[in-house]
Amino acid sequence: MEIDNVVCAFCGCVCDDITVTVEEGRISEVKNACTLGRAWFLGHSSNAHRPSGTVNGRPVSTEEAVEEAARILAQARYPLIFGLTSTYCEAQKEAIALAEVLGACIDCCTSVCHGPSGIALQGVGEPTCTLGEVKNRADLIIYWGSNPAESHPRHLTRYAVTPKGLFTPRGRKDRRVVLVDVRPTPSARAADIFLQVKPGKDFECLWALRALIKGIDLEEDAVADTGVTLAQLKDLADRMQSCRFGMLCVGQGLTQSRGKQMNTTAVFLLVRELNGFTKFAAMPMRGHGNVTGIDNVLAWQTGYPFGVNFSRGYPRFNPGEFTAVDVLTRQEADAALIIASDPVANLPRPASGRLSQIPTVALETRESETTKIAKVVITTAPAGISAEGTVYRMDNVPLRLRKVLPSPFPSDEEVLSRLLERVKELKHA
Amino acid sequence: MLKIVQGEVYDPINGIDGEKRDICIEGGKIVAEVEGAPTIDASGMVVMPGGVDIHSHIAGSKVNTGRKMRPEDHRGDVVPRTNVTRSGVGYTVPSTFTTGYRYAALGYTTVMEAAVPPLTAKHAHEELNDIPLLDKASFPLMGNNYFVLKYIATGEFQKVKAFVAWLLQATKGYAIKIVNPGGVDTWKWGKNIESLDEKANTFDVTPRQILTTLARVQEDLGLPHPIHVHCNNLGVPGNYETTLKTMEAVEGRRIHITHAQFNSYGGESWARFRSKAPEIATYVNDHPNVTIDVGQVIFGEATTMTADGPWQYRLHQLTGHKWVNSDVEMETGAGIVPYRFSKRNSVNAIQWAIGLELLLLIEDPWRVFLTTDHPNGGPFYFYPQIIKLLMSQDARLEMLESVHKWARTRTSLKELGREYSLYEIAIITRAGTAKALGLKEKGHLGVGADADIAIYPKLDDPEAMFSRPRYVIKGGEVIVEDGKVVKDGLGKTFFVEPAYDEAIEGEIREDFEKYYTVTFENYPVQLEHYLPRHEVIPCG
Ligand code: SF4
Ligand SMILES: [Zn+2]
Repeated sequence: MEIDNVVCAFCGCVCDDITVTVEEGRISEVKNACTLGRAWFLGHSSNAHRPSGTVNGRPVSTEEAVEEAARILAQARYPLIFGLTSTYCEAQKEAIALAEVLGACIDCCTSVCHGPSGIALQGVGEPTCTLGEVKNRADLIIYWGSNPAESHPRHLTRYAVTPKGLFTPRGRKDRRVVLVDVRPTPSARAADIFLQVKPGKDFECLWALRALIKGIDLEEDAVADTGVTLAQLKDLADRMQSCRFGMLCVGQGLTQSRGKQMNTTAVFLLVRELNGFTKFAAMPMRGHGNVTGIDNVLAWQTGYPFGVNFSRGYPRFNPGEFTAVDVLTRQEADAALIIASDPVANLPRPASGRLSQIPTVALETRESETTKIAKVVITTAPAGISAEGTVYRMDNVPLRLRKVLPSPFPSDEEVLSRLLERVKELKHA
Repeated sequence: MLKIVQGEVYDPINGIDGEKRDICIEGGKIVAEVEGAPTIDASGMVVMPGGVDIHSHIAGSKVNTGRKMRPEDHRGDVVPRTNVTRSGVGYTVPSTFTTGYRYAALGYTTVMEAAVPPLTAKHAHEELNDIPLLDKASFPLMGNNYFVLKYIATGEFQKVKAFVAWLLQATKGYAIKIVNPGGVDTWKWGKNIESLDEKANTFDVTPRQILTTLARVQEDLGLPHPIHVHCNNLGVPGNYETTLKTMEAVEGRRIHITHAQFNSYGGESWARFRSKAPEIATYVNDHPNVTIDVGQVIFGEATTMTADGPWQYRLHQLTGHKWVNSDVEMETGAGIVPYRFSKRNSVNAIQWAIGLELLLLIEDPWRVFLTTDHPNGGPFYFYPQIIKLLMSQDARLEMLESVHKWARTRTSLKELGREYSLYEIAIITRAGTAKALGLKEKGHLGVGADADIAIYPKLDDPEAMFSRPRYVIKGGEVIVEDGKVVKDGLGKTFFVEPAYDEAIEGEIREDFEKYYTVTFENYPVQLEHYLPRHEVIPCG
């Protein structure tokens, strides 16, 4: 059976034009997806052999695993709920409700990827648009600290570089593409111009661009040690001012290197000022899965997009205090619930180490570094394959994941809502 | 079952003006009689239908970006969880749960989300479902939509009509929203248009054509609410002429001008800024096809957020405040700028006075409604303050003395002696809005109406009275006592299902697939997933 218009939420592109062929209870073919998306769909065809759950490594039923998880969380004094990237909004809502009842800290992968973009938004705002505006209008695309060819492959072909749009009828021929990064990545092949910035010198380059578009005369030594010449920056500044519609795509090379939110703030200020000359937008290249969704749900339910603390009964936000890495590194969290992400593999060692010292509960579809150390593992149906719900694209456009395969396991939403009920009962007793 | 006895009832749709009446409730509806029902003794209290807000920004992509960008807005206004209610934050862009509770705690039970980009309609519905206690509906943005403009340019009225009906169904929307017609399309290249006869960018159509065509479409489709218009040139000195021309453009067809305060300005510069509320009010008084809401300014913090991208950019440039712009492919735009209305600011003082002038100068309360264009003019929960100013000239004059003198010299406010009665307050906050929205079971207490009721203590100070209802009843159940939410629950979402010629789907598909970045199949809002409780309001 062929199912059309399936949504892939492996990366922030959230392509919704995937055709999936299902044969004999497994996905046998995937059309339109990139290699990452393809591997994502095909890789999930068979996880039915996994236990429904484990407690201390011992296989148990979902009910038993939920019961143990509820006990751990209800007893904890300062539990942390973290992850929520590769799941859908309906499940994320249950996790927030649980955090509220527990007085927990709830944080998502944003705090370790594009949190600095969120903080820049809070500081200076953000001129942006949906991806269709890029496809239809943009004649200058700048990827800065981003390697879309490997992280968001179809960003190039579906939205920003090659597609033909309303005012870009010749597709690639109507656009200039610039890549700025600390090394030539495979994305350089897609670019007309590659600027190699020295590591940690992005801010200096962005600030110099701001000066140039304001007509301030810079000396060569203003950009010394950046790896880029003044002539190169002047050329880029000219292109930025003279394009019809520019788009600056903000990668993790900016958010996770020296300067962090100062880099993203510089980007948003630069782009804001460019709107005095032409039309210009910026967009964080939001990464994995539905990380944009958890930002949105947290924001509408609590007012804040990540790192929210409920210990006083109302939401509080303070990055660096209530963000997962910090809560773990300072050894504050005394229990953790990890949902649809793998912090043991991805967080810095001092933070991830804490997860094996405290009782950790993991909701996962497959084995991961985190399930290996977790005291309780609850296997759930993979979102977008065996569970349906809402996800948000990197430009905040909502789409609905489909269920294309049955699963023997409950969805994240079902498990979390059962867990919530049990925790409420235990807290009440 | 419930019976409210001995209350002083204000039910303007049924002509009841403060008479003592008993109200009987069964099955969530008002009924003629109930036997053996528990009673609420409302002696010494005022009984009104639940409030109906005709224009507010409470859900969706723009509102949520407003929340994300303003941690400073939330920090001082925290809302802890209770045994009944969820936690949240308030101030100008409250979280969803808090939005529902705060409206309910004012006696409001139905609220319109006034601007939804169709592409992100699922988002708006997700948030509407997280706004407890209220019934809701949303207005999809259409005044700069590619297909609307295209079919106007090609002169194919039937296609515009079919497309609008299709779009209302695809978004589960309620009314046609028009924001800066043609101007937002032009903003996609960083420009704007300034008169009704200037051409938009993508197609050669003018704001006038967009307004007249959509007004005709609304009439032909029999939609319950008229076109809901945010005029061109919003916020700009001298814009009242554009507003007059906008109202004239529809040639007698129904039109609702929203947050008219922001479009009633005279003077050709900020230095010469003055009120033209009397001119707008005179026009409205003479033209029964027009309704307006005011968009009253509240002194203090606001978050301005509209689909009017060029205006928001201009406001950013005027203030230097942080600025979000977010253009939406094929459809619309959005801009957000935090703002603070200050009593000492000459322009702000005039703006404040204009809202009140409109409310006082428009004679027919069935055609002028109380809004703050939340959170553009200020938060909705300041409505009681405005009610007090309308009911008491003394209160008005006292406040007028405390603001910049231009409010006294460049507006007519100090000469206006009119004082609203409770009956009129009930019209501009519930009966009139329900009627203008075509919500026949809202805004009144006659048999068959939804049992949404606000019971206020009768106090000399209207602000105190309307700030803290003794009871609020929603769908027959007590949800608020003494201004506190005592019961949580989900309201329903209204939408319309106008019939259309299905050929339009084939017609738009080619351009859709070329220029959108989502598939045609994944675009519509699925009823079963996004509107768990809903009701279709009939057209025609
Ligand atoms: S680009 Fe991203 S969303 Fe699109 S198919 Fe590839 S992995 Fe999936
Ligand atoms: Zn508005």
